[in-house]
Amino acid sequence: MAFGPYFLLATLEGLVTASILALTALGLSLVFGVMRVVNVAHGEFFMLGAVLAWAVSTAFAGHPAIGFSAALLVAPLVVGGAAFLSERLVLRRLDYNPEATIVATIGMLYIIQQLALTFYGADARPVQAPFNVRIQLPWFGYSGYKLFVIAAAIIVMLGTWLLLTRTKIGLIMRATQYDRETAQAFGIPVDRVYGGVFALGAMLAAVAAVLVVPTQQAHYLMGRDPLLLSFIVVIIGGLGSLRGTLVAALIVGLSDGIISVFFSPTLAKMLATALVALVLVFRPQGLFGVRTR
Amino acid sequence: MSGKLNSSFLTGNALSRRDALKGIGAAAAMTTAPGFVRYAQSQPSTPIRIGFQAHRTGIGAAYGRWYERTTAAAVKLINDGGGINGRPVEIITEDDGTDAARGAEVVEKFANQHHVDIVYGTLFSHVVVGSAPAAGELKIPYYVVSEGYHVASGQMNRWVLQPGITDVRAQCHAVAPWISQNVGKKVTMIYPDYAFGHDHRDFFAPAIEAQGGEVIAKIAIPPTETTFTRYLPQIPPQTDVIYHVMVGPAVLTFVKELGEFYGGGGPKLFGFIDSLEAVDLRSPGLEFLEGSHFWEGMARYRQTDASEHEIAYRDTVGLDDNGASVNDKRDVSTAGHMFGCWETLHVIKQAMEAADYKGPEDRARLVEATEAISELPESLAHPQGDKIFDGKVHQVFGRQNISLVENGTLKVVHRTSIEDGRYESDTDYTTQPL
Repeated sequence: MAFGPYFLLATLEGLVTASILALTALGLSLVFGVMRVVNVAHGEFFMLGAVLAWAVSTAFAGHPAIGFSAALLVAPLVVGGAAFLSERLVLRRLDYNPEATIVATIGMLYIIQQLALTFYGADARPVQAPFNVRIQLPWFGYSGYKLFVIAAAIIVMLGTWLLLTRTKIGLIMRATQYDRETAQAFGIPVDRVYGGVFALGAMLAAVAAVLVVPTQQAHYLMGRDPLLLSFIVVIIGGLGSLRGTLVAALIVGLSDGIISVFFSPTLAKMLATALVALVLVFRPQGLFGVRTR
Repeated sequence: MSGKLNSSFLTGNALSRRDALKGIGAAAAMTTAPGFVRYAQSQPSTPIRIGFQAHRTGIGAAYGRWYERTTAAAVKLINDGGGINGRPVEIITEDDGTDAARGAEVVEKFANQHHVDIVYGTLFSHVVVGSAPAAGELKIPYYVVSEGYHVASGQMNRWVLQPGITDVRAQCHAVAPWISQNVGKKVTMIYPDYAFGHDHRDFFAPAIEAQGGEVIAKIAIPPTETTFTRYLPQIPPQTDVIYHVMVGPAVLTFVKELGEFYGGGGPKLFGFIDSLEAVDLRSPGLEFLEGSHFWEGMARYRQTDASEHEIAYRDTVGLDDNGASVNDKRDVSTAGHMFGCWETLHVIKQAMEAADYKGPEDRARLVEATEAISELPESLAHPQGDKIFDGKVHQVFGRQNISLVENGTLKVVHRTSIEDGRYESDTDYTTQPL
């Protein structure tokens, strides 16, 4: 294949990875930014979203688009609910102590994973894409659905950005992120904000999972890679920075796509890890992060 | 967990594995261990205990489920027919998580806690490779159903045997002539990047070269990969045939993305059914496979000329005409491989009867009796077809099926001879001490 089309394919693949990654990492970044909680169970919320997408979409007969749309609504809500519950039952009781919450979320990771294994099983199950369009380019064919994933991710990102910058909820979140104690002094129910943010973070992961699962398959171990890559993105972009997360997701996703296609996927992961190391050495707060107060 | 352990035994085990091994490694020492006496004396009514190392979870779970079902069906058949040496067979299943390290632990658990007679049933090659040293140290016969070449390669030890399924080297060797004559000569290989895939890589290339063909590209994919499109541009445009073999939970994605990439055009495909084991051939996105070929160890779809033994086997395991579970047509089997469990258990029966196996003290004789087996005629015990077991390499040789995708089902169009899969080997396990 000539360089041009080869590069186009690599870019498309990279953009799909980047858009899913951006959504997932945004959730992780939000939770850390506002709550200072490193949510190790984030990948499992992603997996839960995918597994629920399978459960919901198979419950609907008829055109696959019906089941998929239902999954896109139901799965994030259920995952958000589960996250909210775990925040109330676990994280709040630990008083959001950074060390304790890391250990607690590791525990949640295993609990969610094993629950999925128990009730969903160890099989990988396919979720049908809402539509099956193959776009034939002169050099190769490409899944139309993957282009839809990119568009949908951009819309969700925009929505989140609007929520954070243009609404009162967003203002409250940002105030809490900026200074928890002052926010509390001004009558912001910080405690409830935390519950909401944790749920929102998990929902973003779930949306990403529902979008990506028709191009993969739902499997109880699928949360590992998104977690790792989200951490990479969040460290590079700067914890708590929406813009940083987006830019870092694009860097990691595109470089992953392009390097994977031209060289090898292993090299892509190595370079991403090297980038993390460099960022940690030379700019520990991340590319767009601000030093915490 | 076995509750029959006494505490001193447990303490010894917890202190150091080696100490525990010394304590129980030899059969004589075993009989002195309290709690084991029952089995050492082996009353005729005591069951023969077979430890089944199953991939219940992890990337091999779909295979594991069907390996368990096939095993249960074969054991029921054996027990209904009077068991082995008049004793019933009992299967003790442990999940290895399709993980090599866990596999070795499971083998030790079988020997030290469950006190099984033999260990059996492993599929994934990295688990076999990880578990085999433990079986050798514990001197417990380890019957694998794995396809990997590692047994025949001589890398394992005398306690590891593969009498129920052919190995990858034989499969490559047997199908290469047919591929070069019927599909094409310039081959690009896509395979998983670990032991099993490397067997394909190492043995298909020489086999096709011997037929005047060549492998023009080799694309290794990590077995945990979830997306594949990025690998596909590496397929050279002059490729005649894409030889694909993939494993793990993402196989359907792999084949789908291959279809998206090429559409109806592109090189011809020759796949190992591993790429679609436990996956419905009529899944959306797989239409492009029509007209392509697959290797199958045993036919998934009931063939019009199926033998009476094959039909009886399918009915006993619970397969419908499409190779799915009779209880759930969406639950597609791993028919291309799981017959190996059935046949291995029957080989174990045959060998135990030949060795007049009484208990763990006869384990060495059991290995020798298995090595002494050579011809395995087609029968209910061997429904996949006749086979020849080579006691020196601890590997069985049999026929391979090449099937055509036709109307969304697989139709066997060629069946190789046993000789097609035979290869020269220097391995001779029988010279190793037991």
